[in-house]
Amino acid sequence: MKLNLKIWRQGAKDSDGKFVDYPIDDVNPDMSFLEMLDVVNIRLVAKGETAIEFDHDCREGICGSCSLTINGQPHGPDTGTATCQLHMRRFEDGQTIVVEPWRAKAFPVLRDLMVDRSAFDRIIAAGGFVSVNTGTAPDGNAVAIPKDICESSMDSAACIGCGACVAACKNASAMLFVGAKVTHLALLPQGQPERRRRVRAMVAQMDEEGFGSCSNTGACEAACPKEISLENIAKLNRELLAASLCD
Amino acid sequence: MLESHLPSGPLEKKWDLRKFENKLVNPANRRKHSVIVVGTGLAGASVAATIAEQGYRVKVFTYHESPRRAHSIAAQGGINAAKNYQNDGDSAYRLFYDTLKGGDFRAREANVYRLAQVSVNIIDQCVAQGVPFAREYGGMLTNRSFGGAQVSRTFYARGQTGQQLLLGAYSALMRQVGERTIDLHVRSEMLDLVLVNGRARGVVVRDLVTGEIESHSADAVVLATGGYANVFFLSTNAKYSNCTASWRAYKRGAYMANPCYTQIHPTCIPVSGDYQSKLTLMSESLRNDGRVWVPKKAGDTRNPAEIGDEDRDYFLERMYPAFGNLVPRDVASRAAKRMCDEGRGVGQTKLSVYLDFRDAITRLGEQEVAEKYGNLFQMYEKITDENPYKVPMRIYPAVHYVMGGLWVDYNLMSNVPGLFVLGEANFSDHGANRLGASALMQGLADGYFIAPYSLGNYLGSTKMEPAKDSDPAFQEALANVQGQVKQLLSIKGNQSADVLHRRLGKIMWEYCGMARNEAGLKKAMGEIRKLREEFWSTLSVPGEGAQLNSELEKAGRMADFLELGELMCLDALERKESCGGHLREEYQTEEGETLRDDANFSHVAAWEGTAQGPKLHKEGLQFEYLKPGSRNYK
Repeated sequence: MKLNLKIWRQGAKDSDGKFVDYPIDDVNPDMSFLEMLDVVNIRLVAKGETAIEFDHDCREGICGSCSLTINGQPHGPDTGTATCQLHMRRFEDGQTIVVEPWRAKAFPVLRDLMVDRSAFDRIIAAGGFVSVNTGTAPDGNAVAIPKDICESSMDSAACIGCGACVAACKNASAMLFVGAKVTHLALLPQGQPERRRRVRAMVAQMDEEGFGSCSNTGACEAACPKEISLENIAKLNRELLAASLCD
Repeated sequence: MLESHLPSGPLEKKWDLRKFENKLVNPANRRKHSVIVVGTGLAGASVAATIAEQGYRVKVFTYHESPRRAHSIAAQGGINAAKNYQNDGDSAYRLFYDTLKGGDFRAREANVYRLAQVSVNIIDQCVAQGVPFAREYGGMLTNRSFGGAQVSRTFYARGQTGQQLLLGAYSALMRQVGERTIDLHVRSEMLDLVLVNGRARGVVVRDLVTGEIESHSADAVVLATGGYANVFFLSTNAKYSNCTASWRAYKRGAYMANPCYTQIHPTCIPVSGDYQSKLTLMSESLRNDGRVWVPKKAGDTRNPAEIGDEDRDYFLERMYPAFGNLVPRDVASRAAKRMCDEGRGVGQTKLSVYLDFRDAITRLGEQEVAEKYGNLFQMYEKITDENPYKVPMRIYPAVHYVMGGLWVDYNLMSNVPGLFVLGEANFSDHGANRLGASALMQGLADGYFIAPYSLGNYLGSTKMEPAKDSDPAFQEALANVQGQVKQLLSIKGNQSADVLHRRLGKIMWEYCGMARNEAGLKKAMGEIRKLREEFWSTLSVPGEGAQLNSELEKAGRMADFLELGELMCLDALERKESCGGHLREEYQTEEGETLRDDANFSHVAAWEGTAQGPKLHKEGLQFEYLKPGSRNYK
């Protein structure tokens, strides 16, 4: 396959960036998208030019490191797929592919395609946990949890924290990410004691980080590699309302 | 002299006794002590959270952008615990037995028993954190079976157990970060260990965004930095996983134990092209319902659906009727290799075997199979473009985990006082082969329930002056790291670290992989030395040190892999027996099973890095409770 890559290059956080063309004419359709970038980098480095920086690690869609907005779509054209699981067979011979970092005020670009998503960590630190010190837990079967509740909780807990929801949203809202964590814990008996405090603290931190508001377009759900449902945002709104009424 | 500091008393009482003997630190005094934790996987996140809860001041370092990215996240199948919820005869003693036998009697009895003992507490702790383990309709926790066991003791959260356990530990860690008891440094890579008066007192790290190199001091250092399977380049490990923290500690005097013990996992998606950057695991849990087979006749290239049962060889069920498809990983891997060596492999490369769900789908229906394994099937389809509900999966063994690692005593402290090593980074509990679902158990056992006690004892019983960054030891370590960075940048050759790494991986897989022999290992050591010279003369690292530069990061890690690889070959050469994942072709039974030599090799091989090269120290293994027998899964 022949491709024309247009890749965002930016030296550092405060420098200006621009698109640079990288034509490549020997792409194997069975390569993953990141393996294709590896090939580009190996050739750049052999010539003494700096490699294109991008986050990646597990390359099996679970660590949440990889990002990339590919032809305007976070994680590229496939649904329910992280960039690392995207394969070149999904593209046409001769196609132009535009590759950009996540674009959001709360995710500043560090270099090239790499962004800083530590805002997500600070939201979790604000309340995305159950306060249970090591050693204090009762037996795992002490509280029965209905199977369907457990499964729904797991649906939300499956979030990999990649930030595609933010990148896809025209307001750069983090409501799907926050909603998934709030829902995961609000459904379980273990999450009840801190239920109200948690949602208030996480939403307050989300606002402080500079994420935008939700206008219910559903772009986040469509981009999510784990197909986290928009229902998590509805649940977040209900939880927040209930918490504020209980003050 | 290696002193393992095993407690006295009967097996069941040893851990209790040790906990009682341990010196304590008064809660009010704990904030006077500081601990550095490197790595934020299951072991690192859990120990950091736990000791911060207890009141110690903790500094945490990870090269990841967030603690949640650590590679523990990728573990799929489950975590073992001797809860006996299934009422099928499980107990701490049985889990101890299975784990020690699974490791081919090359681990310490006392360590393994303690692991089995605390396994039950792990499940409780994780449930309390909100980990959504799979449950029955009645609301109780459910289990699945894993290799090497005849009871059902594996807890799981779909095919994402590692993710859910890590997010639990991560949430506990972030809670402490929020409470400012943990000072978290992300994108910060440890590049040296600092010893003051022979004790581990600090680390040198490089800020991966700014390139700044700085030192940090504390009263103890914990390494929870994972395994080094990426020495093979192609492995199931995440791309960043590396040996650097462990290797730099080795260069400061910590012993590396059993480095040749490598786990080759039988069920991975086969290699497809020479551009391939990593291999993807298909969870061992699939062997609960999937049946492994190859055609009976070599060269049978018919579509698998057209091959009737009479022409299929379900070789694991045939060779090991008692355990069938659930034999331990090393046994299953070698059997698959043997089938391919006989010319009965399938797929284009003939280097794979079928893992077939036809019978499970007939028995349970597609929906139930999808509920159990849906995400794994989806992952498989994305990579191979084949639908495993219709066509059998094709699998082949791949490097997955290392049982070897830094040597630690019973208290998880290395031979360097004040340096503790947890999780996959240490060598301690899995012997020569790890059973499935035991890595998550060990990482969390070490972090939540063992190391916090050992650290308390060390801090409570050791008199130390406050460490100062102005101490010459810190200055020397800083200069050492700065020097190496400068050296890597100054070569200005024409090959990227990735290209050289792939070649190292090929040497390791060929000669130090699934089957090893004396001539091959000697050849590999020569080739690695040559490759090392090539690395230091032809490497290209464009860009500067004082910037985000992933090529520089890779080059530093590659320099360490090039040294570690040679030590792995030396260790494999010296171990003139076969055990667990270590098969020396010279020492096997007629059926190709491992042939241990307990008279000469019932020991841990701990290597000390000296100016004259690696020096071997042996720690003899004593078995008071289980008599090492030949491992029989037939």
